[in-house]
Amino acid sequence: MTDLFQSDLSALARQIPPGASVAINKGEGPDVPMALAKEIVRQGIRGLKLITIPASALPVSGMMVDMLIGAGCVKSIETSGVSMSELGAAPRFTKAVKDGALQVLDATCPAVLAALHAGAKGQPFASLRGIVGSDLEKHRDDFKLIDNPFEPGDPVVVLKAINPDVAIFHARYADRDGNVWIGRHRDQLFMAHASKKVLVTVEEVVDRNFYDDEAMVTGMIPSFYIDAICEAPGGALPMGLDGNANIKAVLAYMAAARTDEGFQAWLDENVLAGAKAAAE
Amino acid sequence: MTADAPCRDEEIYANAIAGLLVGAKHVAVGMVSPIPGTGALLAREKSGGKTRVSILGKQKMLPWTDGSQELFDLAGQGRLDGFFLSGGQIDRQANINLVGIGDYPDHKVRWSGSFGSGYLYFVVPRVILFRWEHTRRTLVEKVDFISAPGTSEPGVYRPGGPIALITNLCLFEFLKDRGRFRLKSVHPGHTLEEVRDNTGFDFDLPESVPETPVPDAATLETIRGPVATRIAEVYPVFARDVFGIEPAKAPDAA
Repeated sequence: MTDLFQSDLSALARQIPPGASVAINKGEGPDVPMALAKEIVRQGIRGLKLITIPASALPVSGMMVDMLIGAGCVKSIETSGVSMSELGAAPRFTKAVKDGALQVLDATCPAVLAALHAGAKGQPFASLRGIVGSDLEKHRDDFKLIDNPFEPGDPVVVLKAINPDVAIFHARYADRDGNVWIGRHRDQLFMAHASKKVLVTVEEVVDRNFYDDEAMVTGMIPSFYIDAICEAPGGALPMGLDGNANIKAVLAYMAAARTDEGFQAWLDENVLAGAKAAAE
Repeated sequence: MTADAPCRDEEIYANAIAGLLVGAKHVAVGMVSPIPGTGALLAREKSGGKTRVSILGKQKMLPWTDGSQELFDLAGQGRLDGFFLSGGQIDRQANINLVGIGDYPDHKVRWSGSFGSGYLYFVVPRVILFRWEHTRRTLVEKVDFISAPGTSEPGVYRPGGPIALITNLCLFEFLKDRGRFRLKSVHPGHTLEEVRDNTGFDFDLPESVPETPVPDAATLETIRGPVATRIAEVYPVFARDVFGIEPAKAPDAA
């Protein structure tokens, strides 16, 4: 067994310094690190600069980001979108922007991805078509318009590389040596390549090594990119392992988070209750 | 839902959207786009499966094996023919605003964000705009924030852009050379006058304004059968409300 494994979520969350830039994934599969995010709230880690890869706009990923913002953990968010998809707007995000309590670095999805890839490759910037003439270009200091050096007269946007301090996500399996299996969710692989520290919760640790299995090794992140792993069954809930979100749970959150009082009550009941009980 | 139930508005919109996608090889559907998704899946059925449809938001509906970037890589290489975009505001020149109302960043109203629009609007040849609230507050003379511009200056790489805008009142086509919209058809139960009264910008008119066609019986059967089943995978709430399909069983614990 490797020493990457942590016995509990609190040990994992303690490795996120206040003020860190934290990359989080899109949440199309059962990979939303909700249990870890709740632990971040319990530990009161503040000043985080979230970077969504490339958006948090699905019911559970949107809910996680909204909860972190509502709990006061987030200083800024670089994103291409925050919402709960067809369920509606993210209530705490919307309020925080309106109150001027959250800085938003508005992006467009492929810009975040291209900049992350530049970071993963150790390059200073990436170039990308599009964006020219938009207000995104106007308001981002780290987006620059240059003339294509190979075809002069062709304006192209270049984007400063992204290297997050920390990447967090939930995965299906880790093997006994700390290799993490992500299947097709390759955004996690690129996040791991680009980030200075990678913290993972997994559904299950299995007693084998994925390098022995060609089918598993192509969908895995080697342990040398990983800094710590914690086994946390159900760590993505209310996103189920089958990729279906518990819509009722997300709607209940959204209804509560419409008001400051409702959000605080939801937090007390669903996030802080355990911590309070343990402290007493 | 049975084939003889009355035709719903969503089905008229989806049918019109499918009509704009004839001959497309690969169409992708972005975030919060249940009606465009229904239209794209209908185009797929009508093409006998020749039109590939990839729907964002659910692993099961996506053929990607290279992460989120694959959509944009496909588009950048010209391998994607169709996509859909909306906006809290859409203006006369088809500029779209997905960010908010008021002066950036001090919005009076903040929306979710620009998503892939700042790129896909430039590179996908058939971008279909949609907005199901056709009013003077959504269809405006000039947007407060340009998430993506409708047209570009000469010299800017721009193989893609808007071809149409569909609303709950009508279908516009976008005239790229004139940089403005022309009314194509008005949906059943609505009038040209209503469209004019509720549009905050000037647009061109054809010699006569036809009514948007209602899907025929066979098309309705397709929409309510295979299309509805597939769209329920990604948009369970929409599928329940429109087609009466119950969502997949959710996990028990929160």
